[in-house]
Amino acid sequence: MSGGVDSSVAAARLVGDGHEVTGVHLALNRNPQTYRSGARGCCSLEDSNDALRVADTLGIPFHVWDLSERFAADVVADFVAEYAAGRTPNPCLRCNERIKFAAVLDRGLALGFDAVATGHYARLETTGGETRLYRAADAAKDQSYVLGVLTQAQLARSLFPLYGSVKADVRAEAAALGLRVAAKPDSHDICFIADGDTAGFLRRELGERPGQIVDTAGAVVGGHDGHHQFTVGQRKGLRLGTPAPDGRPRYVLGISPVTNTVTVGPHDALAVAHIEAIRPTWAVAEPRLGAWRGLVQVRAHGEPMAATIEADADRVRITLDEPAFGIAPGQAAVTYDGDLVVGAATIAAAA
Amino acid sequence: MRRHLDHAATAPLRPVAEAAWAAAASLVGNPSSTHASGRRARARLEDAREQLADAVGAHPTEVVFTSGGTEADNLAVLGGAAAGAALGRPRVAASTVEHPAVAQAVASLGADRAHWLAVDADGVVTPRALATLDASVAVVSVVAVNNETGTLQPLDAVLAAGRRAGALVHSDAVQALGHVPLVFAASGLDAMSLSAHKIGGPVGVGALVVRRGVRLAPVTFGGGQEARLRSGTVPVALAAGFAAAAAEAVAEQQGEAERLGRLRADLVGGLTALDGVVVNGGDRVSPAICHATVTGCRADDLLLLLDAEGFDCSTGSACAAGVHQPSDVLLAMGRSEADAAASLRFSFGPSTTADDVTALLAALGDLVPRARAAAG
Repeated sequence: MSGGVDSSVAAARLVGDGHEVTGVHLALNRNPQTYRSGARGCCSLEDSNDALRVADTLGIPFHVWDLSERFAADVVADFVAEYAAGRTPNPCLRCNERIKFAAVLDRGLALGFDAVATGHYARLETTGGETRLYRAADAAKDQSYVLGVLTQAQLARSLFPLYGSVKADVRAEAAALGLRVAAKPDSHDICFIADGDTAGFLRRELGERPGQIVDTAGAVVGGHDGHHQFTVGQRKGLRLGTPAPDGRPRYVLGISPVTNTVTVGPHDALAVAHIEAIRPTWAVAEPRLGAWRGLVQVRAHGEPMAATIEADADRVRITLDEPAFGIAPGQAAVTYDGDLVVGAATIAAAA
Repeated sequence: MRRHLDHAATAPLRPVAEAAWAAAASLVGNPSSTHASGRRARARLEDAREQLADAVGAHPTEVVFTSGGTEADNLAVLGGAAAGAALGRPRVAASTVEHPAVAQAVASLGADRAHWLAVDADGVVTPRALATLDASVAVVSVVAVNNETGTLQPLDAVLAAGRRAGALVHSDAVQALGHVPLVFAASGLDAMSLSAHKIGGPVGVGALVVRRGVRLAPVTFGGGQEARLRSGTVPVALAAGFAAAAAEAVAEQQGEAERLGRLRADLVGGLTALDGVVVNGGDRVSPAICHATVTGCRADDLLLLLDAEGFDCSTGSACAAGVHQPSDVLLAMGRSEADAAASLRFSFGPSTTADDVTALLAALGDLVPRARAAAG
């Protein structure tokens, strides 16, 4: 229970369904802020108190679990290391994989609970011993992408009570229940970067490492103070000294951490049709090996793209029907069969 | 049914305290007013003061009502420090196992003015530490009964060392009242802190008992209603409830100490029979507190499980943002961070029965392995 409206209503629905529910708020930050600032950040004392008051209203036990060490090691350090390696990680996915549906789930199961429930918007369906993960009814809120890394063992112990609702109805339900968080703003951005300044956060973590910005021909067109300040597909903030010959905008095409070089070029050059992804995980019970037709999503709010998907035990090769732009190593490629989440893999290369 | 094994956090209100409070709560009149209603309130307040003084072996003029134990501790430490500073004694000494109300008050003076007294493995302040007291020290503050472990401090030795240094000697006696014999006059202490709600009195009132002739400086400012030391309108009804609770608790003390001592012995026996459980604090302990380290557990997990089974208990140590912190008291006793984060306090009171202890031990037999599994 983050103290937000979604997890609050999720808890309320479970209570209403007759489950024995215990509220858990995760303390993920060693030194929490006293108050939250707008839509940013989380785990402030104000958020914890909001969650506590919801639990009070629902009449359920409430506990705060300090997972700040695990979070720092498994999520924040990984986030920084991925940027240092020239990749673009998704920390929410990582948190679901390592914290919410791993550390929290394991602790809960050991304590005698049966499942972890969250306020995520995604649908689960159990048939014939398989728990299938589907997109939520509210396409605008669908969070199946950030849950795409979960496996059968995790999904079988998960509950997403908001699967069939749209956000407006969830807020109305919270208000009807008398929960004061009904009108609380949604959280956006990365929870551990409270001011929303990712580049500034990475500069503090990784320091400044001046390097060169080159074009596709290898000509130096500018400088930067650390390749980790950039993401493939980025256009803003390049501050290039030499204009492009054709005067058109340039984008980050690639990042080379070894040489600390950022390569820029025209939008066309961002087009990608082939994706190589590694470390596949499977949300479905049987890995989908071999070639199959499906959909691929590479960002939390990205469009699903039609593709031919070919997987073996170690990697997934994806050929998109239509080229896509701004696909960065480190992002997760989540594969879908219609609305069914099939699996996920980490993008290693795109061309 | 809830089983309340957290009397050291707060104890159920005693019927005599509730009745005394209710009778006084309807009185109109500020005890500082000189009109008839004010005099009637003043009379009720002085009745309470005398009743409390009788209960703890003090003279009524020595009782300074406060908002609770925390304020009493702050007043003793900071009021003693301010008075001492004017006499060329800038420092305050306290043990490393004090309640935060003393420890944080001492720390607020700055590292240069804090003189920490080390403790042994049972949490008892050492003779060697007491020998370090010198003429720079204005106040020595050592808790009578530790609020986490229940360990009794050698107050006679503290007093002797304090006297040798020429310092005032204060003791936080919040967990002593009603559980161990407590006679202020015979103790030789210069000041001691008391709280009402730990003994079944109302929350929101306590007292600093200050020996006649001892000069403390006020730390909050106003009308000086209580001995020109503590300002603010005195809550007559709360004082009446406090005094009634104290009178009853002290009258019952000897019998309750014997009864709870037997329950504690049963609990200690059952706990130490469990694998990897040790009881902390040594042999000189309050009969009302039992503090145990359950190795391989998170205290938070055990508390969650016990809570779900109907047991109210706690770690007894500080909680930050809902998360229990490793116990400073255990760390001061030389224990590891892991032990300090794996310890629970069970504390008894008049409502505690042998059945509570039996049920607790039965539950722990099942819950400890679960909590250990959860800690991974």
